[in-house]
Amino acid sequence: MSATEMSKLDLLLQEATQIESDAYQDARRQMAVCNACRYCEGYCAVFPAMAARREFEKADLTHLANLCHNCKGCFHACQYAPPHAFGINIPATFAEIRQESYAEYAWPAGAGTLFARNGTLVAGLATLFVMLALVLSVAIKDPAVLFSAQTGTGAFFRIIPLWLINLLAGGSFLFAILAMTMGAIRYIRGTGGLGGSFQPAPAAEAAVDVLTLRNLGGGGHGCNDLDDSFAQHRRWLHQAMFYGFLLCFAATTTGAIYHHVFGWYSPHAFLSLPVQLGTWGGVLLCIGTAGLVWVKTVTDPAPVARRLMGGEYALLFLLFLIGATGLLLLAVRHTGAMGLMLALHFGLVLALFVTLPYSKMVHGIYRSLALLRNAREKRAA
Amino acid sequence: MPDFARIYDVLVVGGGNAALCAAITARRAGASVILCEASPPPLRGGNSRHTRNLRALHPGPTQVLTDSYLEEEYWDDLNRVTGGKTNEDLARMCIRASQHAPDFLASCGVVFQPSLSGTLSLSRTNAFFLGGGKALVNALYREAAKLGIVALTDTEVQHIQVEDGHATEAIISHCGFPQRIRFKALVAACGGFQANRNWLREYWGDAADNFQIRGTPYAQGVVLKDLLAQGVQEVGDPTQFHAVANDARAPMEDGGLAMRLDCVPFSLVVNRNVERFYDEGEDVWPKRYAIWGRLIAQQPDQIALAVTDSKAVMNFLPSVYPPYKANSIAEIAAMAGFDTGKLEQVVAAFNAAVRPGTFKPMVPDDCTTEGLVPPKSHWARRIDTPPYYAYPLRPGITFTFLGLKVNEKARVLMADGKPSANMFASGEIMSGNILGQGYLAGFGMTLGTVFGRLAGEEAARHVRN
Repeated sequence: MSATEMSKLDLLLQEATQIESDAYQDARRQMAVCNACRYCEGYCAVFPAMAARREFEKADLTHLANLCHNCKGCFHACQYAPPHAFGINIPATFAEIRQESYAEYAWPAGAGTLFARNGTLVAGLATLFVMLALVLSVAIKDPAVLFSAQTGTGAFFRIIPLWLINLLAGGSFLFAILAMTMGAIRYIRGTGGLGGSFQPAPAAEAAVDVLTLRNLGGGGHGCNDLDDSFAQHRRWLHQAMFYGFLLCFAATTTGAIYHHVFGWYSPHAFLSLPVQLGTWGGVLLCIGTAGLVWVKTVTDPAPVARRLMGGEYALLFLLFLIGATGLLLLAVRHTGAMGLMLALHFGLVLALFVTLPYSKMVHGIYRSLALLRNAREKRAA
Repeated sequence: MPDFARIYDVLVVGGGNAALCAAITARRAGASVILCEASPPPLRGGNSRHTRNLRALHPGPTQVLTDSYLEEEYWDDLNRVTGGKTNEDLARMCIRASQHAPDFLASCGVVFQPSLSGTLSLSRTNAFFLGGGKALVNALYREAAKLGIVALTDTEVQHIQVEDGHATEAIISHCGFPQRIRFKALVAACGGFQANRNWLREYWGDAADNFQIRGTPYAQGVVLKDLLAQGVQEVGDPTQFHAVANDARAPMEDGGLAMRLDCVPFSLVVNRNVERFYDEGEDVWPKRYAIWGRLIAQQPDQIALAVTDSKAVMNFLPSVYPPYKANSIAEIAAMAGFDTGKLEQVVAAFNAAVRPGTFKPMVPDDCTTEGLVPPKSHWARRIDTPPYYAYPLRPGITFTFLGLKVNEKARVLMADGKPSANMFASGEIMSGNILGQGYLAGFGMTLGTVFGRLAGEEAARHVRN
């Protein structure tokens, strides 16, 4: 048996053993209608990518679902949306498929079950790690440090020792990177590759798409964030959250470089780089996450996959709390409340790192891969 | 609960593009406006929900239209599809006014887009709505709400009280409850009667049972019938309609655009008796798609079968339902329930008549048949490359042309030829004034926008005086 025959057989076996979920079957039915209609071509990348296809294998549907930014333009414009018999609801169906793909490609194998009750998981872990941080601070150090004002160099590490921060935060973060990289590799393999070898132009286009959220522009006038009217709330709020998150991450990184390279120890002055990055990052993160929670709360529920909202809300609240406790920590860092706030903040950050590969955070990876593949396919067509 | 005690300046019957254009124009001119849409909110907009573009005159390139499309060419196109059965004055007025239709819609929040794939190559003549007709309808309802128009859904107008050509009040069913609306002027913009199968049966008999109604099931023709019975002048041939070749497996109502099959020019089409009945390749599809519904309606059992092969299958948009697909013509015929032997003979005779040529899918090419009756004038290629594909076809009715006679001000004319004091009409309900037969892609929305604006303007003017 030749290698190609072997891989064909593998594919057949794989197909035979994969029982498709309702979401995939329904998406294929819906794509048949969409591909004969095509009214939505002007909205986002999904529909031109669909129009380039005649058959919708599971891998194609996974790719299209991850390309979808959930802007809901297609739903509100759909002549076949419920209560029409065709009941076309691409945003909700693709959201279900995305979630299933997060579970399917999660690493290590079996970890996908963590997506099943994701809201409970994220909220539970956040609670657990906050408790753990509080208990550990008390257990490892003197309980009094939690309540007494700590000032001067190394104040934070009198609450939680640096080695413990490095071990827990560094360890969980590195694991998250590993798990998400493995997830990405599994996703690329499972969805039929990236459509060719590396080329700079499509990579640049995909990067611009990611950084500007171009597909949440609805072709120029915005998306149906709240109802059938057009706005760019979600785009700007997500940008605030995304860049806020990156600034916070930059703050931590700069802090670490200060500490390990230059020997400048925290707490740093308010106008120092790490504190400034963290402050503005925290503000943006809070605005973005609070705004996205608002959008989710008031938006027309028809195109929303309700089953997935738990995980989405939990992650948004976690990010908001991280931003908020970070800012509060800055505000109270010279007072007796600092110890408590630091433990809270640290516990929440740790929870985020641990849940990173098993929460909606992974959508960033798969969305980016889908945008890259789309940019390549467009050029190949 | 809307205020049914007050007297509104203008009552607009209907809730699609023609109705909303009238309502918005009247309101902008200062009139108080109430609009009654029979459907529930998600299905509002009548047939406009299924539309995608409008045909607009333009002297030069615009943001969404290429090149130019001038009055004479537009008129020629319209004159040709209607076979001269039109009203030249009204048609030319409509054509000239169509130049301003996209700007008016844009002022109501409708967004246009350059045309993309699957649009029958209409980028020069037709302006496409971003997201299609439902997005347009949404924008118009948002504008209506902003202007303070009382737009009721789930509200069927059942009767208009008319005395001496003057309409005074409407009997309606609002969310299932009887109500009365009093008004000073009326705009009837509630479509044709195509969804009223009993009415269709009056002209088509049992054949009407096989007609698929492509659009809204709410086009029952209630107000049309009511007004015609009260002395409004009738216009148009009641057997004429805009109809396309639909997938025979489509829902009987509201299947919309996606049920249309564009395979005809690249296929051979036979009726139930396995006989070809019309030149499949007479002209480019945008100029022929709207005659095929009627052609199939005139065939036995109102059914046809389009047969093609794997060479052609990528030349047209995919169908929603998978085509019959097999490696022999006999198998295809069996799958479709057509006579196997006869279909093999028809295909063989067709193949023998095909003359060599250079196939060009987008323009009338030189691939033609010789000695075949009827001929296939273009895109005739041998059906010889398995797998073979077949699509069952039925007539898909978009809208009927029987309507209310209007003048150049959209004012309804009474049977004695005198204009009504306060009744106006726009959209499909008056399409028969211009469309005696045939259809031009995107003209329905042009008609609705142009006459909707006129009707709204004139209704508001009537109220002011």
